[in-house]
Amino acid sequence: MALIKDNALRPDAWVLVADDAELPESDPAIVSFARWRRDRARLARRNGPLGLRLGSDQPPEGVADDLAAFDLIALEFPKFTDGRAYSYARILRERYGFAGELRAVGNVLRDQLFFMRRCGFDAFEVGDDIDIGAWLEAFAEIEVIYQPAAGDTHALQALRTSLSPGPTRMRVTA
Amino acid sequence: MYAYDQRDHAMLAQRTAQFRGQVARRLAGQLTEAEFRPLRLLNGLYLQLHAYMLRVAIPYGTLSALQMRGLAAVARSYDRGYGHFTTRQNIQFNWPKLDDVPRILDDLAGVEMHAIQTSGNTIRNVTADAYAGVAADEIEDPRIYAEIIRQWSTLHPEFTFLPRKFKIAVTGAPRDRAAVRVHDIGLQIRTNEAGDVGFAVIVGGGLGRTPVVGPLIREFLPKRDLLSYLEAILRVYNQLGRRDNKFKARIKILVQSTGIARFTEMVEEEWRRIAGGSLDLDPHEIARIAANFAPPPYDRLEPVDPGFEFKLAADPRFAQWCGTSLARHRQPGYAIVNVSLKPVDGVPGDVTAVQMEGLADLAERFSFSEIRATHWQNLVLPHVRLGDVHAVWLALATLGLATPNVGLASDVIACPGLDYCNLANARSISVAQAISRRFADLKRLNDIGDLRINISGCINACGHHHVGNIGLLGVDKKGEEYYQLTLGGSDDEDAALGDLVGPAFPYDAIVDAVETIVITYMDRREPGEGFLATYRRVGLAPFKERLYGAHQG
Ligand code: HEM
Ligand code: SF4
Repeated sequence: MALIKDNALRPDAWVLVADDAELPESDPAIVSFARWRRDRARLARRNGPLGLRLGSDQPPEGVADDLAAFDLIALEFPKFTDGRAYSYARILRERYGFAGELRAVGNVLRDQLFFMRRCGFDAFEVGDDIDIGAWLEAFAEIEVIYQPAAGDTHALQALRTSLSPGPTRMRVTA
Repeated sequence: MYAYDQRDHAMLAQRTAQFRGQVARRLAGQLTEAEFRPLRLLNGLYLQLHAYMLRVAIPYGTLSALQMRGLAAVARSYDRGYGHFTTRQNIQFNWPKLDDVPRILDDLAGVEMHAIQTSGNTIRNVTADAYAGVAADEIEDPRIYAEIIRQWSTLHPEFTFLPRKFKIAVTGAPRDRAAVRVHDIGLQIRTNEAGDVGFAVIVGGGLGRTPVVGPLIREFLPKRDLLSYLEAILRVYNQLGRRDNKFKARIKILVQSTGIARFTEMVEEEWRRIAGGSLDLDPHEIARIAANFAPPPYDRLEPVDPGFEFKLAADPRFAQWCGTSLARHRQPGYAIVNVSLKPVDGVPGDVTAVQMEGLADLAERFSFSEIRATHWQNLVLPHVRLGDVHAVWLALATLGLATPNVGLASDVIACPGLDYCNLANARSISVAQAISRRFADLKRLNDIGDLRINISGCINACGHHHVGNIGLLGVDKKGEEYYQLTLGGSDDEDAALGDLVGPAFPYDAIVDAVETIVITYMDRREPGEGFLATYRRVGLAPFKERLYGAHQG
C-alpha cells in the first residue's frame, strides 16, 4: 500500500496491528474498534502514537469520548460506493473537532479523492501501482464549490461566494 | 431565468474536462466498467437496451428558447433527430455515442445546461411546479429555492455516494403540481400563523416497488434553515439508509423502519447541531437568487381580450384546444399555454429537433423566450398574451403540437418500457399509442373529461402508475406481457396510491379493459363528477364487476 498525503506519495510510518498481535513498543500503531473496546485501558496508557480504524458500520459516535486518545483515525470504504465514511469524516472534523490525521482506507479511487478531501480526509491509502501525477490532478480538477464542508474555515463565505457572481475561485488542494 | 455567473461556467467547463478524462481512461481500459459506471451515472449517462442514453437536467423545468435550440442541436448532431421529455423535468437522448458525450456536454454547457446528477445514487435534478412564477395561486416562486438547492447539492462531497438516488421537489402553491408527496423530500412553501413564509417538509415518499405517500415531518421550516435542515436529513440517511439491498435502500424504507417519530427526532437532533452555522441562508442571498426569477416585463393588459373572445366563439376547434391547453396566469391578459406532447399514435414525450426549434421560435416571439417542462411529459409556454394565443395555436398546429388533449384520457404518461429499457417486463409506448387511438374521438374525449392514465413497464414505476387515476403496470407472466390495473391514484395535494383491481390483462386485452373502466365511470358518475370523485364514492366493486364479471376477480 502507498500513502498520499500533503500532495505527494509519502512513506507510511503506521502499522495496522491485528487484533491478536502484540502492539509495537512505541511505533505508531493502528488498532481496530474491537481491539480498542477490549484493551482500552492498556492502549490509552501506551507510549507511542495510536490510531483507530473504523469500519463503515462503526459510526464515530461510538468513540466520541475517546478521541483524545487517537493521533489518527482510518475510515474504511469497503466499496467505493459505500459513502458512509464521508459523513463520519465530517462528523469527526466538524462535530467533534478531531484534528489528527483522517485517513481513507479500503476501496479508495482516484475519482473519489476530491470528495474525500472536502469531507476532511487528509491522507489516502492507495494501491502501489498508481500514476501519482494523474491522481494528484484529481484534487484540482474542480475548483468551484457550492457548499461549505469540512475544513472550509470561511465556510459561510464559501457558500456566499458560490452564490454570488464574479470570478472568485476557490483553489482546492490536498 | 437563472443566469449563470462566471463561477457556474467555470465549474461546468472543469466538470466536462474531468468527464472527458474519465471517458478517455475508460476507452483506454484504465477504468473497469464497474469503476466507470458511477462516474458516467454522475453525468447522466446510462447504458440501455440498445445504446447509451444521456439524461440532461432541466432544473425545476424552466428552459430558455436558446436552451431549447441547444437541445435541438444535440438531437440533430449526435442523436437521431429527437429527444424524449420525461416525468422528471429531464430530457433524454437515446442514441449518443460514448466518445461524443464529452462534446455533447461542452455544447450543453454553452447554453448553461448539464447532465450532472441526473442519475446515480446522489441528489438528483430538483423538480418544481411547472407553473412556477405564473400560477395564480402561488405563495412564492419555488424555483428560487430549487435553484438554491441545486447549487448546494451540486457535487456535494458528502452525498455523492448515498445508499440510493434522492429526489427533491418543491412547490410554491397549495395546489400541488410537483407531486411533492411522492418524493424523497417534498417541500411545500407555506405561510405560518405569524405570516412568515417557509416550508412544510415531507420526507420518505416515493413510488417504485414500495409506493409511499410521504409523511410530513415538519409543519413549518423557516427559509433560512432550508439547507441546514436538508443537510441534516441527508446526513441521517447517508449513515443509516440500507446498503445491503438496493430495493430497500430508499429513504422511505428508513423512515418506515425507524418510525416517523424517531426518524424526525434524529433529523431534528442533527439539525440543532448545525443550524445557524455555515449553511444559514441569509435573506440577501435569497433575494439575489430571487432576482433571477423576477417576472418578465409584462404589458399592462385588460383581463379580457375581445379578439381572443371573438376567435373562441368563431372557431370551435380553437375553443376545444383552448379548453384543454390554457391555464390561468397571475398577470391579467396573459395565459399559460400547455403544449401536448401526446399526439394520437405518438410516443409520449418525444419531440423532434424541428419541433424544438419551432417551440423556441414561439417562445421568443410570444413567451418572453421561456419554456417549461411538466412532470406530465408536456411542455408549457408560460407567458402568452391572450391576443397572441390564436397565432400560437396556428403555429403549434403546423408543428404537429396542437393536440387538444392535455389532462384528458389520451394524455398518457408512459415510461420507455420494453422498447428501450432493459428492466422492462412489457411495452409502455405501444399501449399508450393504442390508448390514444382508442380515445382519438374529440367529442368522446371531452365527454370523458379529466383523466390521468399512467403506464410503467415494470415495478420501478418510472411512469408513476401508482398515482395515475388509472394505472397500468407491466408484469411478466411466463414470458408474456401482462398489465395490472390500479384505480384511484392521484399525485396532487390529496395524493393517493391506486388500488389494484384484480388479475392482470394480456397485451391484447389491456386497451379494452381501460375502455371498460372509462365506460363504467361514465355510467356511474353524477353530473359534473370527475373520475376520482366517482371512484371514491362507488369504490372498486362496479369496476371489478364490469371487468371480470360478477363472480370473478
Ligand atoms: C430506460 C431507462 C430507465 C431506467 C433503466 C430506469 C430505471 C429506474 C429504476 C431502477 C427506478 C427505481 C429506483 C428505485 O425505486 O429505487 C426508476 C425510478 C424512476 N424513474 Fe426511471 N428508468 C429509466 C427511464 C426513466 C424515464 C424515461 C423516466 C421518465 C419518464 C423515468 C422516471 C422515473 C421516476 C419518476 C422514478 C421514480 C419513482 C420513485 O419515486 O421511486 N425513468 N427508474
Ligand atoms: S418503469 Fe421499468 S420499464 Fe419503465 S423505464 Fe422504468 S425501469 Fe424501465
